Amino acid sequence: MTEADGAGAQTLDVSLGPQHPSTHGVFRMNVRMDGETVVKLQPVFGYLHRNHEKLAEGKSWLGSMPFTDRLDYICPITNNWGYALAVEKLAGIEVPDRAEYIRVIVGEMTRIQNHTAFLGFILGDMGAWGSALMYAFREREKILDLFEGLTGARMMANYMRFGGVRCDLPAGWLEKARAYIETYPAFLDEMEKFLTGNEILLSRLQGVGVMSAERAINGGLSGPVLRASGVDYDIRKVDGYGVYPRLKFRVPRGTVGDCFDRFMLRILEIRESIQILQQAFAQIPQGPILNPAVKTRGFKPPVGEAYGRIEGPKGELGFHLVSDGGEKPYRYHIRPPSLINLTLLEEMCVGTKIADVMVILGSIDIVLGEVDR
Amino acid sequence: MNFPGSGIFKGMVVSAINLFGSYFDRAHAKRLITEQYPEERPTLPEASRSFPFLVFDGDPEKGIRCVACKICEKECPPQCILIEQDRDENGKLLRRPKVFNIDISVCMGCQICVESCPFESIRMDNIYEVSSYDRFDSLVLPKEKLLKSNEYYHSIHPTEAAETDARIEAARLKKEAAAKAAAQKMAAAKAAAEAKAAAEQSSQPESQA
Repeated sequence: MTEADGAGAQTLDVSLGPQHPSTHGVFRMNVRMDGETVVKLQPVFGYLHRNHEKLAEGKSWLGSMPFTDRLDYICPITNNWGYALAVEKLAGIEVPDRAEYIRVIVGEMTRIQNHTAFLGFILGDMGAWGSALMYAFREREKILDLFEGLTGARMMANYMRFGGVRCDLPAGWLEKARAYIETYPAFLDEMEKFLTGNEILLSRLQGVGVMSAERAINGGLSGPVLRASGVDYDIRKVDGYGVYPRLKFRVPRGTVGDCFDRFMLRILEIRESIQILQQAFAQIPQGPILNPAVKTRGFKPPVGEAYGRIEGPKGELGFHLVSDGGEKPYRYHIRPPSLINLTLLEEMCVGTKIADVMVILGSIDIVLGEVDR
Repeated sequence: MNFPGSGIFKGMVVSAINLFGSYFDRAHAKRLITEQYPEERPTLPEASRSFPFLVFDGDPEKGIRCVACKICEKECPPQCILIEQDRDENGKLLRRPKVFNIDISVCMGCQICVESCPFESIRMDNIYEVSSYDRFDSLVLPKEKLLKSNEYYHSIHPTEAAETDARIEAARLKKEAAAKAAAQKMAAAKAAAEAKAAAEQSSQPESQA
């Protein structure tokens, strides 16, 4: 469909998606273009809506835990963590030390594998299908194998419980994980040699989709997208949940806020995650993994409400829970980082070429399971 | 070495190392070999789980651990379990299931039934070849297909099964000890009553005399 504007030039409306291979799932963008330049962009989502929040109101508190795996299916364990943290805040449950360390270990491994997958996906968005994605998935698969050995499933882990984790580390798991993480920086160096100096990659990423720090804060962005704009805001530092205050790590920041900053920020975050993991491997104590006061069946938190949030790999993942003292949540609301990071998509895209829209969308790193819920 | 295009050249060196290196790096994990699936099968980790099954000890009819308490049916998040309690000929409810169906087209393998079962009777299997030509009936597993022996459970999850057996044994010993204590108490009470009766009997002739 074309329409004439006042100057006699014609604009073209294109519907990108929902089945476009670069849209990371079933996501649609209605783009109005002047030649190849985007003048207007309207995101359309809801194709993957599964009624998660309302379903949770009909399930027991624990019954929603396996469904949180399916929010952001690239990193299910951090979703478990966010939900468990919110319920623990609501009911005032203490978590044993060993469980907190296990949570940090699996959480940071989730962050590493999410960012690794991102490195592959963004190359795919730039049109370089193949090597980069395969190298990234080769490494990600090894972390998923470790998760399978621990939780029983590669992706749908269902691992956290209120007041701890479901099962202890199997014999030899920690050694295997430590040995693997030691080999990881070598892969990352190879990946950097492979990608970051590449002139084509630089010209596709630098100066594309610039987001100022002020606009990023006003838009409520969080996670790597916010930090790439130069804002020092990491919930691991701000809230200091779990045992993060005991671990030393830095929060990388970007300066320009373009796609290249978002790309490099993920690589730097992986390096910091490796630092965190090495400290956690050294510090993990022996002890119980689950608070014995929490019942499996008939768990009832007291009347009240709580908002628990964690720094997920994609940003601030929050759960707002309201309890009426019953076996089921009265209200269950999620603050998904992917959805809220998408709100400024139009601002980033207007004025760029149509081919850059895919790169910008890729640099935000969304998962549609979380956007639509 | 910053001539134009040097970044691209470096990247191509990396992909060349990965490509040709894989021919010489036979022992190393970097060389990825396609698994020849039906002929070769992956070795699953011990924790691996797919769908639930029912454990029995010894005889599949008598040794079934499930008592049809329906806790798993209630706790199952996607509600894929259907249980009907068995009755004897007089219509009295028995502590065993008559119908126990799991719809594995609905089941998501979350393991919450396993955690909620107080009788250690439902456990996770690690089968993965369950596809069929029929969408409905063949994916609803009835009790006969779900029942698997404790030995099978030991063969797929040895550590977990040993822990379960230890727990059951501890519970049995505790129960036996309690029963023994109760029996001793009963015996003591009976002996005391008998002694009392004997004393009364022995005192009676004296009074008659």
